[in-house]
Amino acid sequence: MKFTGVIAVSAALALGASACGDSGSGNGGGKGDSVTIGFVGDLTGENSGIVIPPKQGAQLAIDQYNATNPKVKINFKTYDSQGKGEQAVPLVKQAITKDKIVGMIGPTFSGESAQADPVLEEGKIPNISASATNAALASHGWKYWHRLIGNDNVQGAGIGNFIANNLKAKRLFVINDASEYGKPLAETVKATAAKAGAATSEDAIDIQGSDYSSTVNKAKAFNPDAVFFGGYYAQAGKLLKQLREGGVKARFLSGDGSLDKGLAQGAGGTTADGSIIGCPCLIDPTGSAGAASKKFAQEYKAKFNADPAIYSAEAYDAASAFISAVKAGNTTPEKINSFLSTIDQPGVSKQIKFSSAGEPTATDVYVYEVKGSELPLLGNSKTATVK
Amino acid sequence: MNNLISQFWPYTIDGLSLGAIYALVALGYTMVYGVLRLINFAHSEIFMIGTFAVLGMLHLFGMPSNVGGFALVGLLVVFAAAGAVASGGSAVILEYAAYRPLRRHGASRLAALISAIGASLFLQQLFARIVVPWAFGLPKEKGALPIQGHFVKRTDVIHIGSFELSNDRLIVIVGAVLMMVLLDIFVNRTKLGRGIRATAQDPETAVLMGVNIDRIVTATFAIGGAMAGVAAALFMLRFEETRYDVGFLLGIKAFTAAVLGGIGNLRGALVGGVVLGLFEMYGSAIFGSEWQNVVAFSVLVLVLMFRPTGILGESLQQARA
Repeated sequence: MKFTGVIAVSAALALGASACGDSGSGNGGGKGDSVTIGFVGDLTGENSGIVIPPKQGAQLAIDQYNATNPKVKINFKTYDSQGKGEQAVPLVKQAITKDKIVGMIGPTFSGESAQADPVLEEGKIPNISASATNAALASHGWKYWHRLIGNDNVQGAGIGNFIANNLKAKRLFVINDASEYGKPLAETVKATAAKAGAATSEDAIDIQGSDYSSTVNKAKAFNPDAVFFGGYYAQAGKLLKQLREGGVKARFLSGDGSLDKGLAQGAGGTTADGSIIGCPCLIDPTGSAGAASKKFAQEYKAKFNADPAIYSAEAYDAASAFISAVKAGNTTPEKINSFLSTIDQPGVSKQIKFSSAGEPTATDVYVYEVKGSELPLLGNSKTATVK
Repeated sequence: MNNLISQFWPYTIDGLSLGAIYALVALGYTMVYGVLRLINFAHSEIFMIGTFAVLGMLHLFGMPSNVGGFALVGLLVVFAAAGAVASGGSAVILEYAAYRPLRRHGASRLAALISAIGASLFLQQLFARIVVPWAFGLPKEKGALPIQGHFVKRTDVIHIGSFELSNDRLIVIVGAVLMMVLLDIFVNRTKLGRGIRATAQDPETAVLMGVNIDRIVTATFAIGGAMAGVAAALFMLRFEETRYDVGFLLGIKAFTAAVLGGIGNLRGALVGGVVLGLFEMYGSAIFGSEWQNVVAFSVLVLVLMFRPTGILGESLQQARA
């Protein structure tokens, strides 16, 4: 139901955008010695905690570029959508017609992307999201849309293979929160692990409920080596606590929705220690993932006096892609977009290269291990080992 | 189905302890309905206030560690009393603020129902936006507030084959049944209890017989609230976590339990709560946990189709000793 609603809204918006699209398209572009790149996302709302880091990542890349005194400078303009599609749409329209942006970083979330991306498509503005992971976004045939983060299917496959190959789990119990994010993610993990030879079973929880004992009993009867939960940290903590109390000792894993210290808090004490959280994002303040990551972490810390956090490396890479396009002498949206279709350069989080659908060709998923209230990087899911 | 057979005892114990909490909360719905013919939708928030009172006690006095025997019983009584005072007190204030003025002006029952829904939303948001950030310093109003560490250290008290009974579940079940028995004795044996029954039976005649209706209504709200407060303490013991909207789903389930057992009937609340808890667990075992709520409400529909007044089917005025 929800899904068809989104499609209907997108379709209506696309129609609206096409009606006034003629005035907006074609005249975007530079004023000669400078071009404008936008960033749209939730900058002051409830989830701004995961949008400020990517904004700062993008800002860092653009400031570094402008500091080299280039022929064409880049203006960086931010738009605060509060994470809501209905606010993102007019902001994006304003960015296209009034501010004449040549590229957009964002929108940040999948929900607002579904509404605002058709407007960018109509306005022929190349856009790169650093964090919208919903797999369906790539299925619309948009020519100007890109992202630099693995989608939920990529994440599920990465975690599923990690469970089967690196943890060598023979029996996997999969739990989902019945949400549009958690359920498909859990299904992909289950299917991937099953393909690699693990026996699987599954159950779902109600996010409004407090008592997960029926799920715990089912897991206990299955006697798994590993438990994967597709959902958010608020439920993950409670679920983990009840699993442990119920005598399920298997290793607990979850996806990026649980990549938060709230997981350890909800589970209480040191219950969550040793749990593994997978994410297509790279959060690497110590620079252990490589030289580029180390350099980025140091420069980010020097500029913002904070460690790089979620999606900051991906947004830095997105900005770098636009910068390379401008450096190569492309100052119109059309030229930048065709440059992006052939770009192939190393980035901080991954190789910057897009498939024809706009997805990143790199399928790296990173795993993090809970230690107290910290979530240090364990490594790439393909190679990481657990003691 | 295999799942249910191999894990029959764990599902049964979990169903009983869940049902016990439903039943205690259901008492508040059923008593208020019996006396005023009003569905007090804000009762779920009365429960929520109880959980925060218990959490506040834990924050103030620290976490009890490694207590056993009589010290544990004493501690539980203190926490239950704290929950009961907070919830009972809030219920009385709620009645004064949201229902009494309407009753005074002879407003329709529908107006009181709207007032109940309004009070429910008001209390929820009050806690989400003001009380919880102020008292517990929580930055995001949506996050849950877990207890750090264990309220009571979990051990299995009985362990025979696949039959395991952990101490927290045992305390929940025994505590709830104890409160029910006390309430039953109170309503059937004391003068105030007789007043409650008389008012439920026929308010006008009760007034003629010298019953002070306002006092009875206050007492009804206080007792129903106190039961929710005890339920809140047991809930915190079992789940060790609360949120501003913790009462929402639990309140609906408890109301369902009250209707299932026969609304207005105190013993019906116990029967309804236990039946609902067990069916939820058995249903989840057979169909998967995502069907838990579907099973619960299907049971309600089926029971009401064949017994429109609930399983026990009486209301408060007819419940005699």
